[in-house]
Amino acid sequence: MKPDIFQAIADPTRRAILTLIAIQALTPNAMAEKFDMSRQAVSKHIKVLQECKLIKPEQSGREIYYHFNPKKMQEFDNWLAQFRKNWETQFNQLDKVLSTIKKQKK
Amino acid sequence: MNNLLFDFTLNKATKTVLITREFDANLSMMWDAFTKQEILDQWWAPQPFISKTKLMNFEVGGRRFYAMISPEGQETWALQKYTSITPKTNFKMYNSFADKDENPQLPGSEWDFNFSEQNGTTKVSISIYNESLERLEKMIEMGFKEGFTATLNYLDNLLPTLS
Repeated sequence: MKPDIFQAIADPTRRAILTLIAIQALTPNAMAEKFDMSRQAVSKHIKVLQECKLIKPEQSGREIYYHFNPKKMQEFDNWLAQFRKNWETQFNQLDKVLSTIKKQKK
Repeated sequence: MNNLLFDFTLNKATKTVLITREFDANLSMMWDAFTKQEILDQWWAPQPFISKTKLMNFEVGGRRFYAMISPEGQETWALQKYTSITPKTNFKMYNSFADKDENPQLPGSEWDFNFSEQNGTTKVSISIYNESLERLEKMIEMGFKEGFTATLNYLDNLLPTLS
């Protein structure tokens, strides 16, 4: 199954990787060093992050640097904002329903 | 609109959305608003969508089967199965989309509702656990297209029908 952003960011190590590369693009070796992980473990995380487009590779000489993709994160934030807005709307409707019920009881 | 608390957070580590809201109503009233079909249908769908409950049996093991209906008349069905009920303070349900014949589309999401009253104000906390974002995404898309504005005055529509 293809991983989605939710699964990608649910993992604390991947969140740490994202936080770090949001500041500066890194090579897999540098990530392994910073997180004290094997190259294999890093590759697994990179695969998940890249599959859901949260990071993108860029070749620089013989090294591959991974960059943060803020656009993808923004999409995610937009979804959430919409979800939040729906609840706000529903709750405002509920406020009105409640006040109607209260008036009827009087 | 008012000074009542509204809090919405995503806990990424636990894949849970937490929604907290205060209401100017007592505990009994809030409990009814969330557990009685005739009140739920008045507010559960963000307008211009409407919520239509086909059947509701509020007890552990029971269910609510309802549709969100778009202004064009398009129906999106969902099934909510009640897994735990502690009267007036908590209930839990498993929510999933379904077809019109009540066949659920799994996986769904786990909802946990908590109610507490203080000085006549009732706080409602809802946590929604989703295994995947795809599910969350669908939940958001379900009729709630971006850009619709709640221009209708909901109360004006509601009052004549109630009185």
